[in-house]
Amino acid sequence: MNSLKIAVLVGAAFALGACTNAGRFDNDGGFGADGAGAGFDVGSAQDPNSPAYFNQTIGDRVLFLVDQSSLTPQAQTVLAGQAAWLANNPEFTAVIEGHADEQGTREYNLALGARRANAVKEYLVTQGVAATRLQTLTFGKERPLEICSDESCYAKNRRAVTVIAAGGGTS
Amino acid sequence: MRAILIFLAMVFSLAIGSVALAQDGPLRLRITDGVIEPMPFAIPAFQAESAAAGQLASDISRVVAADLTGTGLFREISPDAFISTVSNFASPVQYADWKAINAQALITGAVNADGQGNINVKFRVYDVFSGAELGTGLQFAGTADGWRRMAHKVADEVYSRITGEGKYFDSRVVFVSETGPKNDRRKRLAIMDYDGANVQYLTDSSAIVLAPRFSPDGNRVLYTSYETGFPRIYVLDVNNVGRRAIDLPDGTMSFAPRFAPDGQSAVFSLTTGGNTDLYTVNLGSGDLTRLTSAPSIETAPSFSPDGSRIVFESDRSGNQQLYVMPASGGEATRISFGAGRYGTPVWSPRGDLVAFTKQNRGRFHIGVMRLDGSEERLLTASFLDEGPTWSPNGRVIMFTRETQGAQGAPSLYSVDISGRNLKPIRTEGGASDPSWSPLQR
Repeated sequence: MNSLKIAVLVGAAFALGACTNAGRFDNDGGFGADGAGAGFDVGSAQDPNSPAYFNQTIGDRVLFLVDQSSLTPQAQTVLAGQAAWLANNPEFTAVIEGHADEQGTREYNLALGARRANAVKEYLVTQGVAATRLQTLTFGKERPLEICSDESCYAKNRRAVTVIAAGGGTS
Repeated sequence: MRAILIFLAMVFSLAIGSVALAQDGPLRLRITDGVIEPMPFAIPAFQAESAAAGQLASDISRVVAADLTGTGLFREISPDAFISTVSNFASPVQYADWKAINAQALITGAVNADGQGNINVKFRVYDVFSGAELGTGLQFAGTADGWRRMAHKVADEVYSRITGEGKYFDSRVVFVSETGPKNDRRKRLAIMDYDGANVQYLTDSSAIVLAPRFSPDGNRVLYTSYETGFPRIYVLDVNNVGRRAIDLPDGTMSFAPRFAPDGQSAVFSLTTGGNTDLYTVNLGSGDLTRLTSAPSIETAPSFSPDGSRIVFESDRSGNQQLYVMPASGGEATRISFGAGRYGTPVWSPRGDLVAFTKQNRGRFHIGVMRLDGSEERLLTASFLDEGPTWSPNGRVIMFTRETQGAQGAPSLYSVDISGRNLKPIRTEGGASDPSWSPLQR
């Protein structure tokens, strides 16, 4: 029920060309009740050209070790998937948001978030994505996803999220 | 008079530590395990010299008392203990009556109001044990609306005469007011008196705002806002709340701005291609000067009071440490060498110390050190303390303390540079990133 609603919302966002950031949505099935011929709903997380696929199936984010901005092997795998999706969907641009956990001073974390976002951008460029389609943004520790004060939350907050949008992007 | 000054000299020459002092003379300082015995003072409610001044006279004396006790250096004697009353500002003081209740300083005052919004406040300070007035009586004229400022001015005079330190009560703090849960914080710029009174908001909460910093004249504020979606530095006029973005190259992000002492230029961090370096910008012409060119993070710059040097943090050594360089850029000298990481350095208005945030073994501290890195002293410890700002006299540091966990929230604290008198500044809702103004004029 929920996922059906989400699929509709994601589809609507896609149609409007708005950016989506649906990473927190669970991909727990429930699609295909009125399945199209391809075996998935257009715009669903099973549709390889949908933003939902980018956000959920490939993964819109990568995580970092404490005070690090280098990409782990898992992160590189995710980013290779992001690059392939962007190659197949040339009308999309992306803003890469870098974040830090709360264990750091505000200014340093802004700079660290910028490093992380840039590490993702550079990797996507090496995978063939035009740099002009990618912008970077840092939130430092200003926008934590998880709010507890231990490593289980910090690990999820040390992230770079690739936020895709159809059209000219946000420039 | 002399006795009070000796008291003061002792208070301010001693840092934290366990010190026992010989007690000679009536005004004395007792330090046991680092706790200084505050000086007792009496402040009878100021006299209302006209009907319209009644409430104000009482309110003003209350604020004066709060300023003084708030330093941790003074203790107010309850009026219940008074033997004498002061029925007339001009009457001679009965020193024996104040001595009997162990008041070492006596503050008397009177307020006149013309009923048309103008008030006049006069006061005198007495060294009870010497039986003499300390300095001469003074009076301030102003508006009834500004009565709290007049009270702060009186308290500043008293504090300064007794301690020999510079004034700081008649000052303001610009800060970030925070509401909402940790994962959806709403932030807006706000300004208040140093003691938390008279809060006014300078921006709405539609975009994240960070780290406001006062201009040397207290009329403008530099800060970082996400109103374009990207962090960018702005300058705001605190009197009319007009603001403008500093013009910077497309595709860059900017943050951590701070005024030069002449108020004409600012130093800040500019990020391009993931790399953060320090620049100055002339606020009139918009001319940019690059100060650092390194792949490391350079941020949190702060000018020396004479404008000749800049202290900043960099991770060029592998982690955050403090460095000093000429204001025009060039070779930087590392000044922090203790265990852990050092950030957010701020040069003291006296020029002799740097306040900083230190992270070590999972704890955060506010500390001070000399410009050569010597005499490091940690003043606080908690889950998360950061972002020190100096009182105008370089005596007190205000900072952000954030509590731990899902319900964690930020608030403002202040602490004396001796490490004594740690206390919260009461604000409505959360508060962070304080910047202390210069003394108002």
